[in-house]
Amino acid sequence: MYNKRISPDAFVSRLKDGMSIMFGGFMGCGTPERIVGLLLDSGVRDLTLIGNDSALPNTGVGVLVANRRVKRLIASHIGTNPLTGQQMINGELDVELVPQGTLAERIRCGGAGLGGVLTQTGVGTVVGEGKTHLTFDGVEYLVERPLRADMAIVKARAADEAGNLVYDKTARNFNPLVAMAADWVIAEVDELLPLGSLDPEAVITPGVMISALMLTEES
Amino acid sequence: MDVKERIACRVAQELKQGDVVNLGIGLPTLVPNYLPSDVTITLQSENGLLGMGPLQGQPVPNLTNAGGKPCGTLPGAAFFDSAMSFSIIRGGHVDATVLGGLQVDQHGSLANWMVPGKMVPGMGGAMDLVSGAKKVVVAMEHCTRDGGSKVLKTCTLPLTARSKVNTLITEYAVFKFKEGKMLLTEYAPGLSVEAVRAVTEAEFEVSPDCHEMDLSLLTR
Repeated sequence: MYNKRISPDAFVSRLKDGMSIMFGGFMGCGTPERIVGLLLDSGVRDLTLIGNDSALPNTGVGVLVANRRVKRLIASHIGTNPLTGQQMINGELDVELVPQGTLAERIRCGGAGLGGVLTQTGVGTVVGEGKTHLTFDGVEYLVERPLRADMAIVKARAADEAGNLVYDKTARNFNPLVAMAADWVIAEVDELLPLGSLDPEAVITPGVMISALMLTEES
Repeated sequence: MDVKERIACRVAQELKQGDVVNLGIGLPTLVPNYLPSDVTITLQSENGLLGMGPLQGQPVPNLTNAGGKPCGTLPGAAFFDSAMSFSIIRGGHVDATVLGGLQVDQHGSLANWMVPGKMVPGMGGAMDLVSGAKKVVVAMEHCTRDGGSKVLKTCTLPLTARSKVNTLITEYAVFKFKEGKMLLTEYAPGLSVEAVRAVTEAEFEVSPDCHEMDLSLLTR
């Protein structure tokens, strides 16, 4: 009924220079490392990456920054990867810094069919510059617009064949959000289970969000 | 005694039994060491954990704190995604947040996320925490390394949030921000109101019950 499992070659054939990719992960925890390796080996470049942070130079998406594959980065934090800051200052990498909670909601909006979100976060700071401000009941909000991408790369502990996902501890973070907000979504999972193996009550990301599945390690 | 430990010891007195608390990276993580024995708090970590505990034994894969370091969980802990994490933060479900600062001004504004041209780590979750937590406590050293005051009339660095700080605690003083006023409520043992004024650029009022800081738990 479902045939979401994809080979590394089939995944790589979907990559295009200049594409936008959303990623899960928080300082590399919860980033699909096998998929990042395939991105790196494929030679794809001029990427726009959207996710929480640029990890360390040798973890998560940090390796894509270190190998100069990234043209634009939308993230909340770049401090743990000095190469991101260097490339930003040199003018090689365009970085948009977004408050973490706002980034999460912008991605959620992108996946939820919403036109944006109102938040007090960033009012009176550079984050609010140039953005629409609205006041309701005496409280001033910024209008923050949705984010979407061509592709999202997700890490989960396990999937069933339908693509239903369960995560592992703090490796969940942005993964369920980016899984909603891209045109094509691949999940890298430690375990791929037959239909009926996951308790429907325990599923975090419904399989409808997931286009393709890949195992972290082939047996 | 180390300056950071002194600040952390005083910050701990701001937290009440049962509070849900988000602690920033660095100095704020020292605060739980100084909680009175009758106060238990629940730690929220913005990467998706409520009920964070200390690392016990070997690191567990996929279990880290907001600094990316291995941590533990306590009974009753919960994991969630980043949208839920910041719903907890912005939605007023966090009783207190303790953050470091580069500058705080007399309007209760905080700058702690970038120094233009020098250091641009990003704001991470700080802007949401300062906007959404019920109580915002800034814990920082009073002066820069070259002796300039970090407690200013107006912040000169890009703001994290405007007029959201409730309490500022340094090694020299405790200030509260109420109804647009900055109030000195405590000074460190051995100091005086005048001594605090001498190292503070901000204009502040002195609370009628201003008194010496209690650091008795430091010796524990």
